Amino acid sequence: MKPAAFEYHAPRTVEEALSLLHEHQDEAKVLAGGQSLVPAMNFRLARPAVLVDIAHVPDLDRIEATDPGGVTIGARVRHLDLEHNTIAGPLGSLIASTGRWVGHYPIRVRGTFGGSLAHADPAAEWCALACALDAEVHCRSASSERTVGAGDFFEQMAFTTCLEPDELLVGVRLPRLSDSCGVGMAEFARRWGDFAIVLAVTAVERDGDSITGARIALGGVAGGPVRALNAEAVLNGGPATAETVAAAAAAAADEVDPTGDIHGSADYRRDLVRTMVTRALDQALA
Amino acid sequence: MTTGVRWTGRSLRRFEDPALVRGLGRFVADVADQHRGTLHAAFVRSPVPAGEIRSIEAPPGAPVLTAASFGGIRTMCARLDRPDFVALETPVLASDAVRHPGEPVALVVAGSRAEAEDLAEQVVVDIEATRPVLDAAAATDPAAPTVHAGLDMPMGNNVVLDARFATEGLDAAFEEADEIVALDIRAHRQNALPIEARGAVAAHDPATGRTTLTAANQMPHMLRTALADILDIGEAELRVVTPEVGGAFGQKMCVPREYVALVAAARLLGATIAWIEDRSENLLASWHSRDHSYRLRGAFDRRGMLLGLDADIVCNIGAYSNYPVTFGVEPLMAMAELPGPYRLSQYRVRSRAVTTNMCPIAPYRGVSRPVLTLAMERLMDTAARRLDLDPVEIRRANLVREFPYAMPTGLPVDPGSYVETLDAAVEALDLEGFRRRQQQAAAEGRYVGVGFSVFGERTGYGTPAFAARAMEITPGYETVQLEMNPSGDVTARIGASPHGQGLATALSQLLADELGVEPRHVSVVHGDTDTTPYGWGTFASRSMVIAGGAAKLAAERLAAQLREIAAHQLEASPEDIRLEDGSAVVAGTSVGVTLPEIARIAHHSSHLLPAPMEPGLSVSATYDPGGTFSNACHAAVVEVDPDTGHVHLERFVVIADAGLEVNPMIVEGQIHGGVTQGIANALYEELVTDDDGNLLTASLMDFLPPTACEVPQIEVTHLQTITDASITGAKGVGEGGAIGAPAAVLNAISDALSPLGIEVDEMPATPARVRELIRRAQPTTTGGRT
Ligand SMILES: Cc1cc2nc3c(=O)[nH]c(=O)nc-3n(C[C@H](O)[C@H](O)[C@H](O)COP(=O)(O)OP(=O)(O)OC[C@H]3O[C@@H](n4cnc5c(N)ncnc54)[C@H](O)[C@@H]3O)c2cc1C
Repeated sequence: MKPAAFEYHAPRTVEEALSLLHEHQDEAKVLAGGQSLVPAMNFRLARPAVLVDIAHVPDLDRIEATDPGGVTIGARVRHLDLEHNTIAGPLGSLIASTGRWVGHYPIRVRGTFGGSLAHADPAAEWCALACALDAEVHCRSASSERTVGAGDFFEQMAFTTCLEPDELLVGVRLPRLSDSCGVGMAEFARRWGDFAIVLAVTAVERDGDSITGARIALGGVAGGPVRALNAEAVLNGGPATAETVAAAAAAAADEVDPTGDIHGSADYRRDLVRTMVTRALDQALA
Repeated sequence: MTTGVRWTGRSLRRFEDPALVRGLGRFVADVADQHRGTLHAAFVRSPVPAGEIRSIEAPPGAPVLTAASFGGIRTMCARLDRPDFVALETPVLASDAVRHPGEPVALVVAGSRAEAEDLAEQVVVDIEATRPVLDAAAATDPAAPTVHAGLDMPMGNNVVLDARFATEGLDAAFEEADEIVALDIRAHRQNALPIEARGAVAAHDPATGRTTLTAANQMPHMLRTALADILDIGEAELRVVTPEVGGAFGQKMCVPREYVALVAAARLLGATIAWIEDRSENLLASWHSRDHSYRLRGAFDRRGMLLGLDADIVCNIGAYSNYPVTFGVEPLMAMAELPGPYRLSQYRVRSRAVTTNMCPIAPYRGVSRPVLTLAMERLMDTAARRLDLDPVEIRRANLVREFPYAMPTGLPVDPGSYVETLDAAVEALDLEGFRRRQQQAAAEGRYVGVGFSVFGERTGYGTPAFAARAMEITPGYETVQLEMNPSGDVTARIGASPHGQGLATALSQLLADELGVEPRHVSVVHGDTDTTPYGWGTFASRSMVIAGGAAKLAAERLAAQLREIAAHQLEASPEDIRLEDGSAVVAGTSVGVTLPEIARIAHHSSHLLPAPMEPGLSVSATYDPGGTFSNACHAAVVEVDPDTGHVHLERFVVIADAGLEVNPMIVEGQIHGGVTQGIANALYEELVTDDDGNLLTASLMDFLPPTACEVPQIEVTHLQTITDASITGAKGVGEGGAIGAPAAVLNAISDALSPLGIEVDEMPATPARVRELIRRAQPTTTGGRT
């Protein structure tokens, strides 16, 4: 369990990082918190010839308020900083309650938000959150710059995004949630800190007792994070009642097409979708 | 120190810990780093479970060793001398066939482990894969592939042990029964998962021609004997050293092929070679454990009395045997000890070992007992529910109360506190209060439950007990050499090989009391074949009983000698001399001589010794007892989330009786660790392979030990039944935690889910399995709310 030989670079600026990526193309990998990449290298599942460590690149570690209520999260903001964020309103509390579920404390100390999105584990909490909120992902290469919506960023294949080999994810913008927006996060894993078998992130806007805009993202049920669009449709315009929640949860369980693994068969995951969606919606409507 | 103080029975802090907690412990990997110029080995392993090796190609000139490099090296084979046993031979490196995933095929050496792994990747092993057989039941089918082709299997395809026992009145007991309870118990595969995987450093010294193997292991003397036999050299050419060991649990008891290959390679190359096993290798191809199936029928009368027990036990022992205890240990222990502490006169059992293309099995903490206890305890709870009896009552009715008791197989059970531990557990739980709370919870749609597990743990058994298994290599005794140096300090050299249990501390306490010194003046030397007497090492909850007994006997001899010298000096009678507070004094007087003074005389003024005493203070004693049962009752309280199948452990109570507790804190530590492994067995850990035999749980992302987050506070209460089956009064306690916990947990889940009529008989009871049982019992879900 030792990595294959590699070259290591620690650039001091974004430009330097981008030019290294440009030079080495798919020979190179960005090293952020190392909490996914290093284990993969030790197992020799990943064998990059060149590592570009962004630990010393300035400015990527900031959480900045953008337009009122929205934020931009720098690529190497740590999970722990998000768990303890000071972002106001429902967005801040959704980020905090989602962050708690990412791995264990030592992993949250090192692992980064951008690393999680770039790694694109189908059961990653941050990927589901980005998907639920239609995050905008800022990507840069030596020669170009673009902003990609979460829906296009994640490919529906595990560990696959639209990032080009020479591109760096620099930051992610999350939109404002209104003060009355209800949020919820429910996850089931075998042990505390494990990757989810199934997780659900919800954000529900309401006008009195009727639901005006529901967002539900699921993890652990497909190649990437997915929106439960049918379930959202059941909720939108409906009354905020237990019956609506039950119908939405059933719709979510219906619309997913999970594959099984040793921690849970497809059937079990589908069954858990109903439970997790129910629980996340119960929180959002509480 | 006040006069007459006893050290035994005190929770003295462990002498071993200051070095360990400061990172000063020296483990195998540290030893590898100490030698300059150490080469590092990596093994090239079979990627398939079954196949024929066509060729092995290495880059030209690369240091790659295969079976051919070692010439006529012997296979490893330990035998049981019984007609229902088929011996399996293990080649040190596979040369013609591979029989399990990860089987070692070649060894490569390089300057570092990373380079060795690079090189290992370049070795091309051409294997023609053949159809594997992975499941024990499937393997006995005559049409299934034969794992050891060409071997005579008179008892059926792949059946390598088929042992039977029956009492005469079994059928009558079943005819008489009011209720017959049938169960299928399944315990899936596990890995003992020591936090330090295996590892060894073989250093060949061309000057002396000797090879020293520093290895993570539990049986240094046995390991040396095995190496010498397999390599066909004298034991004098070998030295085995056991440094600090980071957990073993049985996985470091049997002789690994890798260690043999390493010693052979070091001798061939005249080098120092280290192999530090990584976690994936360890999960894939160290030793696995459990993988037992029980088909059980119990005959009960209306009052819940167990009239007869009929069992069919199958153990999937994997592709090879182990050395020295053989695969026989699993099925034979299961059949001998299944009835446990329940009075039973009619018993029939068939117990088989089946070879498959899976990693071989070695004993793991408790060996067959966690599963046989699960089987009996599930039987008791299921019978209680069928007969509408309380689970506590059915146990009280059947538990042995009179001693000595003999199991139907003839196994003697010495005095214990089976009923008392159960009663104490009921009280500790406030069972009545719990039942009220359970009803309230049920009214809220919640599922909480309690489960008990009462068991005896056969411990500290010596040669006579092992001889009953007809082992070619029969373990049992322990020897302790004791000497007092001129400054009056005591050194105990032991053949037992503690690896984290704190035995040095506990033995010091015992010896301190016998010799009238403080424990800090006693040092214990272990884990080095050059400096310790031949012994069997540490396993089977034996060290405190057997090495402790030998230490006591040796101390009595040394004490007698000290008293005799003192009596001679003081012109008193030896019977009047007391050893206390570091002196030998004439009883009832203040006349005395200090132990250092006596020690000086013995070593430096031996002309003053009473004739015909020899100079020096050095004695030796051996102890070889028949065995003693410790016992315990475990109780678990759980809440099951019906929508996910998740089991939350609320409480875990242990009432343990290990006889005399030399150091209660150490006893408690053993229980905590054991219970945690039992919880792992019950709920979390499972080695899973796909249909092609690929291990799907090859890292700790997928093989899931519980962490501090999942394990509740373990509440331990101690009872102490002293019996003369052990001369110190101590009984073994190393395995009990792991033995009792699975049954308590599965019984608690079954109790919680009893409104749905669910009995959980398969472990680990993963959320997916539990949820599936709930779904089958209750097709309409509660809608995800709790
Ligand atoms: C035991 C354990 C448990 C865990 N449990 C969870 C869990 O429950 N939930 C969860 O979500 N995660 C979990 N993780 C993973 C953890 O969250 C990782 O931190 C995260 O997946 C990756 O972030 P990182 O900063 O460590 O990235 P790295 O490991 O450094 O990189 C991951 C991948 O992303 C690429 N990358 C990183 N940053 C960038 C960037 N800015 N631009 C382009 N590419 C980039 C890398 O090249 C690499 O391919 C766990 C990890 C461990 C070891």
